[in-house]
Amino acid sequence: MFVLNLVLKNTLRHKLRTLLTIFGIAIAVAAFGFIRTIVTAWSAGVEASAQNRMITRHAVSFILPLPYSYLDRIANVPGVSAASFANWFGGVYKDAADFKNFFPRIAVESDTYFDLYPEFIISPDQLALFKAERNACIVGAKLAAEQGFALGDVIPIEGDIFPGRWEFTVRGIYRGRDRTTDETQMFFHWKYLNERIREMQPAREGMVGWYVIQVDRPDDMPRVGGEIDGMFENSRARTKTETEREFQQSFVSMSSSIITSLKAASYLIVGIILLVLANTIVMSARERMREYAVLKTIGFSGIHIVGLIGGESMVIAILGGAIGLALTFPAAGALAAAFPTFFPIVNVEPLTIIIAAGVSLAAGLVAAMFPAMRALRMNTADGLRSVG
Amino acid sequence: MGESIGRPMVEVRNVSKSYHRDSIEIPVLQQINIAVPEGEFLALMGPSGSGKTTLLNLIAGIDRPTSGEVIVQGTNIGQLNESALARWRASHIGFVFQFYNLLPVLTAFDNVELPLLLTNLSKSERRNRVELALKLVGLADRMAHYPKQLSGGQEQRVAIARAIVTDPTLLVADEPTGDLDKVSAGEIMDLLDRLNKEFRKTIVMVTHDPRAAEKAHTVTHLEKGELA
Repeated sequence: MFVLNLVLKNTLRHKLRTLLTIFGIAIAVAAFGFIRTIVTAWSAGVEASAQNRMITRHAVSFILPLPYSYLDRIANVPGVSAASFANWFGGVYKDAADFKNFFPRIAVESDTYFDLYPEFIISPDQLALFKAERNACIVGAKLAAEQGFALGDVIPIEGDIFPGRWEFTVRGIYRGRDRTTDETQMFFHWKYLNERIREMQPAREGMVGWYVIQVDRPDDMPRVGGEIDGMFENSRARTKTETEREFQQSFVSMSSSIITSLKAASYLIVGIILLVLANTIVMSARERMREYAVLKTIGFSGIHIVGLIGGESMVIAILGGAIGLALTFPAAGALAAAFPTFFPIVNVEPLTIIIAAGVSLAAGLVAAMFPAMRALRMNTADGLRSVG
Repeated sequence: MGESIGRPMVEVRNVSKSYHRDSIEIPVLQQINIAVPEGEFLALMGPSGSGKTTLLNLIAGIDRPTSGEVIVQGTNIGQLNESALARWRASHIGFVFQFYNLLPVLTAFDNVELPLLLTNLSKSERRNRVELALKLVGLADRMAHYPKQLSGGQEQRVAIARAIVTDPTLLVADEPTGDLDKVSAGEIMDLLDRLNKEFRKTIVMVTHDPRAAEKAHTVTHLEKGELA
């Protein structure tokens, strides 16, 4: 009790220095948490991947299309319980220069696609209305909230990959089953896209972007993938089939250098936290060597001295870490608000909180280690002569 | 000089002490022999660097001799390990320093209570003892004051209260008046004299001040690490 009391009093002894140290740690922890949140947001699609879904795409590049005719052959591969497909549409909504107007617009096989994505929760009535209308679309709840889309609204899109003016009527709004479900996408009928393309560019008719495959047993994935790719080995459009996780990971890998840089920055921040705190604790301990010597003279043990130095370090580290973590949440919220579709899922992960808290506590311990050892080794008589 | 009374409280036998600076050995004390009887008030005098503070530290168990023995109340303190020595100091020795060495973040009451926190006394018992000690040094009305709110003489009296609150048998004082004006120094010496005479405390004091030494029963001079 005495040690705790004295720790708190010592912590407030140089209020400005303590506050600046706490502030420095808080900023560093917040930056650490924020950077980690960006990294996790970047790979949110990977984490949200289903265990039983696979993606078949063109073997050369994701941007090359595959024939629609592959669907039945893929669906008949043993172990495949369902198959559907989708096509990236692109296009421009309103002002292309405003990043907020970017959101994924995907043409899907409307009869089967949503069966393969149970994480998209949509009412049966809305789904039925969507299926019944040629140019209907379904949008995510987050996208609807951000863009002000309501049922019955018409969304005009200026085509780029698929030229022309396109208009889609909102007939459904889906919600995510999990926190990690992307609610910023827009889906419409591939049949509608194909009809229009047939009229405008007949050579591009009957092509899809990628196939989505549901397997009975995840253990079967390597075999199923091998059989599908084997079937089209000598076709004009060879395929590459991989798990949905691997597919998502391939997108993240394109930004691997950025992610690596961000991770390196987060490790540097850990070092900064340690240096900021260690500097303060070393200074404080040096100033108080004579006091520690007096306490030792009176009969206090080394444990008490370690408790005083370590306690002060831990109090500062815990306060700085807690404030920093508290700042991480609004910072992550600001990121999500600024880039709602680029980072559709921004969550401060429990692991990020644990690591940031752990880093703060570890910094508190490490920063106290050297001055505590010095105080323990100090000859009491020398300590009484020391000038703080 | 007053007469020495009772059996030896402190025996310093053939004590030598030297320090090492890099590879150089610096002798500070050489073959010192002193016996301090119980109830004695001993003043150690000598020029700077003569080794008097070192001798005081050895007697108080703050430092260890290079050779020889220091026996206090029958305990050879050189044979105690660090933690045992710390416990021994807590229960047997009261310290008074030249610069008071009060903890600035604690009140006078809390500073005096410090040594009692190492005992098994209850909170109320500790309070009674602290109040008694502060009353004895004439600072009962300054218990809630912080060191920076006290004069030098008052700080030293708080330090003396801290030294006697555990009722130690031996008080060691290192230049207790060295940082005080003449009046305050006189008050502190009167207080130490009273502790010696009324409360039978054995006192070993290092001082440069001949007026302070006048209060002692015995004055021992040190010169270049040897008894003069």
